[in-house]
Amino acid sequence: MATEKILDVRDVSTAFKIDGHFYDAVTHVNLQIKKDEILAIVGESGCGKSTLATTIMGLHDPAETKISGEIDFEGTNLVGLPEDKYNKIRGAKIGMIFQDPLSSLNPLKRVEDQIKEVMDYHTDLSSEKKHARVIELLSQMGIVNPERTAHQFPHELSGGMRQRVVIAIAIACKPDLLIADEPTTALDVTIQAQILDVLLNIQKENHAGIVLITHDLGVVAQTADKVAVMYAGQIVEYGSTKQIFKTPKHPYTRSLLRSIPQLGGESDDLYVISGNVPSLQKMPASGDRFASRIPWIPASDHEKNPQMHEVSSGHLVRCTCYKSFYFPDQKKKKVANELN
Amino acid sequence: MWKTILRRILIMIPEIIILSIIVFLLAKAMPGDPFTGSINPRAGVAQIHHLMEVNGLYDPWYQQYWNWVVHLFHGNLGESYQYNEPVTRIIGQRAVNTLWLSLFTVVLTYLIALPMGIYAGRHEGKLPDTVIRFYTYVTYCIPFFVILVLGIWIFGYVLGWFPTTGSVSPTANGTFATIGSRFYHMLLPGILGALFGTVNIVQYLRSEVVDAKSSDYVRTARAKGVPINDIYRHHIFRNSLLPIAAFAGYSITGLLNGAIFTESVFSYPGMGLLFVNSISYRDYTVITALVLLFGILNIFGTLLSDIILSIVDPRIRIE
Repeated sequence: MATEKILDVRDVSTAFKIDGHFYDAVTHVNLQIKKDEILAIVGESGCGKSTLATTIMGLHDPAETKISGEIDFEGTNLVGLPEDKYNKIRGAKIGMIFQDPLSSLNPLKRVEDQIKEVMDYHTDLSSEKKHARVIELLSQMGIVNPERTAHQFPHELSGGMRQRVVIAIAIACKPDLLIADEPTTALDVTIQAQILDVLLNIQKENHAGIVLITHDLGVVAQTADKVAVMYAGQIVEYGSTKQIFKTPKHPYTRSLLRSIPQLGGESDDLYVISGNVPSLQKMPASGDRFASRIPWIPASDHEKNPQMHEVSSGHLVRCTCYKSFYFPDQKKKKVANELN
Repeated sequence: MWKTILRRILIMIPEIIILSIIVFLLAKAMPGDPFTGSINPRAGVAQIHHLMEVNGLYDPWYQQYWNWVVHLFHGNLGESYQYNEPVTRIIGQRAVNTLWLSLFTVVLTYLIALPMGIYAGRHEGKLPDTVIRFYTYVTYCIPFFVILVLGIWIFGYVLGWFPTTGSVSPTANGTFATIGSRFYHMLLPGILGALFGTVNIVQYLRSEVVDAKSSDYVRTARAKGVPINDIYRHHIFRNSLLPIAAFAGYSITGLLNGAIFTESVFSYPGMGLLFVNSISYRDYTVITALVLLFGILNIFGTLLSDIILSIVDPRIRIE
């Protein structure tokens, strides 16, 4: 039961149409998620995390996007699934929590009606039972006065409360898979912790698999079982949370971890990854996509067509450059080591 | 909410007082006098002075204003210099005509504009949307009176489908025939006014629908597994219609402006035509009464918009 695979993303690419051409926003991604598991997808803005999430949810306009590969959800391939069949899965079996809790709720509908709506389409419950479920969900979310909140409009609630409502909508039908797209980004730190607790509690009860999309590595270390690091549409490193945090391999992962501010660290300077994620149109056709941001590493260290390499059981890294990677301020040390 | 409405109405009182002073002074500031053109040419200057004197037109403005206000509260807006009839009676007859024409126009406007705007927004970028947008741009670019004159020429004169002047046929006998004739006379000015009035609503509604389509709450609804038609019905249309509903109160203003053009071009005996005629005759009593009436209607239109908005949008509850 605990090892049951719910979602298997195989070789999925998502391309957007810009000025008549298709550009890959997500390139050949492979992921698996099991029951009771939390998979974190990390990476900076614009690297395809949210696109991957909305691809799994099937929220893209088929006329403007091209999706290839296979998304196996409990035995159904979601790629190219017709809308009516998708609508049976969305909300019922896969719930999604969005980033901005204010704009994610319809400003003109009461909280209760917005939570009930998802039950209207996926359950045969009577109106009273739905109301009872709304109250149950809201108290499960840690809302003190659920009857009152149920009758309020989104603008009458605080950010944290709104996010709880968004989560309540996502889990109302007890989905097997929960996709949380930066659920805590718009909230302040104390509320972030509460929201994460709520998510973890839900998982204990529902045994859902959770895909947690975030750029907050602190959140990842606290909650995730597995981590996928994404850069420019590709997964560059994949492994258990312990593997990623204890023995990060890929230069991007190492740079990300190094750019976290450390209290009482040796240096006051924060490490900054120079440059930006290349835009979709400017994505290099081949070679390591991260190479341009670590220019001190010679081109010969990168693979021409970077592949995933298994460095230890279940720990995968893209490109061979991790073997010789060093940070600029470590150069002297490295040279000294080589001389010895 | 009643408190808010009551307060808004109280605020309207000083607004109306200031409006009435401005209106009164502006009418007085116009050059010319109401008698020169209308009496026997052989009558001398002394006679005109006498008439001015008798009618209190040489009194200081505040005296004249005060007399006017006192009469106003007795339901007496004075006599028209042009028609020698009480202003209330002259306006009363025409107000009914204008009211029916405006009502017909506004109903027609929304009947045309709402489906157009929604359809164009939903099928953004497709051929019908392009056609509708083309129509709105073209109509927007043509001055209203040109549309009216073209309309009269094509449908009234060339094709002869509609009457081109008046509000009722003089030969219409019996209640039924009179109502029918009145409606027939309203058709062309009403349709042309509506075609012009739809432009703003269509463009506004279209962009609201387009915005709503890509909004986060619609994405949330899709993630709930709500079929797209239901999303349009429950989320997009309602949210997009909201500003349009609030717009309804303001449309009173637009209709009165429109009435001045429509009624002049169609010689339709309503308040708009009366207004234009009164200005050329320096019929002060009628002008001040009409401008005051238009002003008060505008203030009420704004109030109506605020009330509608506070009913349909839960975010706007002024305490």
